[in-house]
Amino acid sequence: MQTPLASLFVKVRSENRAALIAYIPAGFPSQEGCKKIIKAFVDGGVDAIEIGFPYSDPVMDGPTIQAAADKALSQGTGAAEVFDALKYATDLGVPAVVMTYWNPIEKYGVEKFALSIADNGGSGVITPDLTIEESSDWKAAVEKIGINPIYVVAPSTTDSRLGQVTARCSGFVYVASLMGVTGTRTAVSSGAPDLVARVRSVTDTPVAVGLGVSTREQAKGVAGYADGVIVGSAFINKIIDAPDEAAGVQAVKELAEQLALGVREGR
Amino acid sequence: MTTMQELAGHFGPYGGRFVPEALIGALEELDAARIAAQTDPVFIEELAELHRTYTGRPSIITEAKRFAEHAGGARIILKREDLNHTGSHKINNVLGQALLTKRMGKKRIIAETGAGQHGVASATAAALMGLDCVVYMGEEDTKRQALNVARMKLLGAEVIPVTSGSKTLKDAINEAMRDWVTNVETTHYLLGTVAGPHPFPSMVRDFHKIIGEEAREQVLELTGRLPDAVLACVGGGSNAIGIFHPFISDREVRLIGLEAAGDGVETGRHAATITGGSPGVLHGNRTYVLQDENGQTIESHSISAGLDYPGVGPEHAYLHDIGRAEYRAITDAQAMEAFSILSKTEGIIPAIETAHALAGAMQVGKELGPNAVILINLSGRGDKDVQTAAQYFGIPL
Repeated sequence: MQTPLASLFVKVRSENRAALIAYIPAGFPSQEGCKKIIKAFVDGGVDAIEIGFPYSDPVMDGPTIQAAADKALSQGTGAAEVFDALKYATDLGVPAVVMTYWNPIEKYGVEKFALSIADNGGSGVITPDLTIEESSDWKAAVEKIGINPIYVVAPSTTDSRLGQVTARCSGFVYVASLMGVTGTRTAVSSGAPDLVARVRSVTDTPVAVGLGVSTREQAKGVAGYADGVIVGSAFINKIIDAPDEAAGVQAVKELAEQLALGVREGR
Repeated sequence: MTTMQELAGHFGPYGGRFVPEALIGALEELDAARIAAQTDPVFIEELAELHRTYTGRPSIITEAKRFAEHAGGARIILKREDLNHTGSHKINNVLGQALLTKRMGKKRIIAETGAGQHGVASATAAALMGLDCVVYMGEEDTKRQALNVARMKLLGAEVIPVTSGSKTLKDAINEAMRDWVTNVETTHYLLGTVAGPHPFPSMVRDFHKIIGEEAREQVLELTGRLPDAVLACVGGGSNAIGIFHPFISDREVRLIGLEAAGDGVETGRHAATITGGSPGVLHGNRTYVLQDENGQTIESHSISAGLDYPGVGPEHAYLHDIGRAEYRAITDAQAMEAFSILSKTEGIIPAIETAHALAGAMQVGKELGPNAVILINLSGRGDKDVQTAAQYFGIPL
């Protein structure tokens, strides 16, 4: 599917670097604050943005993103706010996708959700708990509307299954670097390069690595073997740790600048 | 009743697998292990021996003649799962899955618990089989069920209070799933109900259907016929599916599940998922869910921690849709009345969960009249609920 996201990976490949992909849940720290963070991402050199759909039961997420999602939900964040944040990002000219657990899509309406993604300039959707066995309705919808379905693969995914899952992916393949939930870690898993190599042996779709990346050094390391570096919890920690919103926005921009350097130093 | 769809983990449109890809390998491994075990005489005999010598199976049936006076005079027969070791039906599933854990070469089990019955049963099986055991329990529930927390600790388990979300059973399941995603190579997630991703709903049912198999024979022997109705409480629905399943092809036997209406379904403060919810996805399967317009799970409410869950097993969702089983909602007040009546008429203090089924029997008995035979799954005993009940009835402790 030829989306702004797909074009981005063509561009970064030509520049011989990795893309920096940043995550923020809609409605966090507030609906307006989320937009300031998105602007800080863009100003800091982020290449693509994931807007999280806050969900009550996020089993793939660690405490940082859970806490951010809980805060967003307590402020009434729903589909309208997710699409509003998505539109804000794409209006800034940056490729953007939504990351959401499956139930909010099913409740919204499967094809309608895909259509709202496209209507708001979005390139695709990351679905961390949608297995390929349950994805036939979603496959039909994304193909009809023309957006990228992005699935997550894990170190435990067998080679034969990697082939099946990546065949359903476009835009990029989301590689979970380790067995676990989202969150910053002192080191990126040593298993990540192996998994990326296994993914590359079954698909030409770009590969982005998430889970555990928080520093320029880690971004540099991952950029050495992946097409994209995904950072989420590290940004949220900056917002949580800041004394006020303005300081949080500034800290996010500075971290983005550091990571943007990292993704250019990997090769 | 096993259809091709069920082989793929579906019950009509319900069930399936909605989980992080990281868990697929473990679910496949578990499915292969349980299918192999089902036809392995060694496994079958090992589990049967444990049930004879440890669980205390077969559990007896008791005709509740004095209670029946409050149920329209119908014959009321109680299947006494409360007499099992650890005090509820939960042990049936736990021993089966613990044996599977050993067969898969894993040394650690994790479990979620609401009322604490499944946590206690899991800790018990872990102690018996020399497995490490971690139980996730909502912080709210650790307060409501402090006695069971102590029991788990005495049995050598680690109990981790869960402080995220609503701090109840649903969040305990989330936390157990996160642990499992992280430690899946060494750890089996010993899920306690007929929910979760395939193969849990089918596997847990298969370990509990011994309840219905025994009860069907016992009722036939006692009364010379099949019951008119089989009743059980439904949270996730494990004890209900266990007693329902062997009766599914007996079309003349009504299957009635009793959900927790809390303060009343109309108040929004309830846990009656089929009665008051809608189809959605929660905890790895498609089923009825209490959810808002954005697909966010709504907190459930019930006096009974074991029924306080905003989802329900996918097979129940299917049995409801095809009309093979009926689901009714029983309020806290109705359940506590039945709790009191059974205690005072039969000398049996039931779990508050089970009291919902008893309250249902009081309704159904009056509807069917004195010629009816009603089988109730007395799924658990009320020792753990003494504090809650004493508070409810104003008995000073």
